[in-house]
Amino acid sequence: MAAPADVSRPSPRTASRSTWAAIRRALRRNKVAQVAAAVLLLVVIVGIFGPLIAPHDPTAQDLTARLAPPFWAHGNVPGHLLGTDSLGRDVLSRIIYGARISLLVGVAATLLSGVIGSVIGIVAGYYRGWLDMIFMRLADIQLAFPTILLALTVVVVLGPSLWFVILVLGFTGWVSYARVIRSEVLSLRSREYVTAARAIGDSDLQIMWRHLRPNVLAPLATIATLQVASMIIAEASLSYLGLGVPPTVPTWGGMLSDGQLYIRTAWWISVFSGIAIMLTTLAINITGDMLRDVADPKAYR
Amino acid sequence: MFVARRTGQAIVVLFCVATVAFLVVRMAGDPVKAMLPENATVEQEQALRHLLGLDRPLVDQYGSYLWGLLHLDFGRSLFFHQPALDIILDRLPATVQLSVAALVFALVVSIPAGIISAVRRGKATDSSVMGVVLVGQSTPAFFVGIVLILVFSVELKWLPASGMGGFSHLILPAITLGLYSMAMIARLLRSSLIDVLGEDHIRTARAKGFSPTRVILTNGLRNASLPVVTIVGLEIGNLLGGAILTETVFSWPGVGRLTVEAVTNRDYPLMQATVLFLAVVFVVVNLIVDILYAFLDPRVRLS
Repeated sequence: MAAPADVSRPSPRTASRSTWAAIRRALRRNKVAQVAAAVLLLVVIVGIFGPLIAPHDPTAQDLTARLAPPFWAHGNVPGHLLGTDSLGRDVLSRIIYGARISLLVGVAATLLSGVIGSVIGIVAGYYRGWLDMIFMRLADIQLAFPTILLALTVVVVLGPSLWFVILVLGFTGWVSYARVIRSEVLSLRSREYVTAARAIGDSDLQIMWRHLRPNVLAPLATIATLQVASMIIAEASLSYLGLGVPPTVPTWGGMLSDGQLYIRTAWWISVFSGIAIMLTTLAINITGDMLRDVADPKAYR
Repeated sequence: MFVARRTGQAIVVLFCVATVAFLVVRMAGDPVKAMLPENATVEQEQALRHLLGLDRPLVDQYGSYLWGLLHLDFGRSLFFHQPALDIILDRLPATVQLSVAALVFALVVSIPAGIISAVRRGKATDSSVMGVVLVGQSTPAFFVGIVLILVFSVELKWLPASGMGGFSHLILPAITLGLYSMAMIARLLRSSLIDVLGEDHIRTARAKGFSPTRVILTNGLRNASLPVVTIVGLEIGNLLGGAILTETVFSWPGVGRLTVEAVTNRDYPLMQATVLFLAVVFVVVNLIVDILYAFLDPRVRLS
């Protein structure tokens, strides 16, 4: 009895191998995407090995070297490549440690919202009816709240914390996954292999897990990649407003906000941290666009 | 029929938003403790609690909250000692001015950029426009704002860095706020125009000998504008959300800045009111866009 179900299931191994080949081909053709992927790799390495790379403790204050400019400018204090901030903390080291927070929030919040969103999307698309209607109305309500507003409120209520930021962003980000995956499942559910699986007595749960889930992975991966960038920007926005991660933790958004106070005398604090955010999200967006073109060549935009 | 159904949905959404706002703010803990000094007596605490109506059962409070909303009573600010709605309406013109300027900037730049990009698809012009679009989409508003301040206020001293005043005060915040929408609209217009330009009726118009400009502007643009209308509606919502950041960067005295002030002052009724207010604006704008869309495209009405 298991045989027909096996035939209908695409072998995951060959599928992933051909996907990787397609990504490699797309990368070879696309010079910009190569650079983006390299930047992304660099940010990830810096994020993971930050403490080994950073020249200084990111919170160590050196009050004799306050607001020192970057290495090429007159008045630079040796050892502080990108200068120091108003408390004499090393800007480069803070950016390196900030990468960890940005990546952690970006990836964790994306995973959380991806899981929630795809479960809702698959269930809503598969069962349709009232369940679908409730979830889609919930999506409307969610969209009626600008995310940042909800995040602000929750952070004020629960207090600043890295984990609350991840949870809020994770729980508010499900809508885009749910909508795309739902519409995908709506068309998948009438495919022959789903009918076949039902005919041999697979339960709804089995059908959703074995037959629908593998087939929505491609759009899921594309949205997730792009979502990491939005999550990083959202975290940076909250930290910029001073309402995200506790202010003692070095974050890119927090540095930008600190630096704005000294914009007339020490532009490097906010500019370097801003460039860090911009390069990271730009690299993620370019990579995500490339992945989308691989996953769905027709959707070229 | 479509309009009635869509309006009904919007009302349900607003009701749920109001409920969520009520619950979230009630979760925020005891505002009475936050308002009184540390050495306040229990009697003083109870007196204030009674004054604010916080000693009544939750269902009771919820009922009068909804009843108040129906009468446009959004509660009183703890910090300003004024009705929250009055404060919001006081700050609203600044936000509207900023959002309209941002939208105008976004449209004025994105429409030509999208058209040029679509027409010169794959050429250098297209890649450079799309490059700018990608950077615009990837850069957080507050960084754009800070760079603009650095270049145009600190270095060149052409434009003021903060506050509200004449037209010169409006330029930098409007560009900051509008940049993301500009990128979104340009990108969407380009892809939608590329799709339309490949269709038969465009080839027919060309074959009839109409000039390329006329074909693009009349036949192409009209058909490519539908998805753009939708996204413009959504972008108005994003502009309101983005106003929180942009107004903070430029100390712009609007509703966004007010929201942040309410949050930092722990002014819960005002916080609840601003959240609700922004949500109402967002829902209403989208309702209007959906209805407009249905008039532009009969297929929507029938589905």
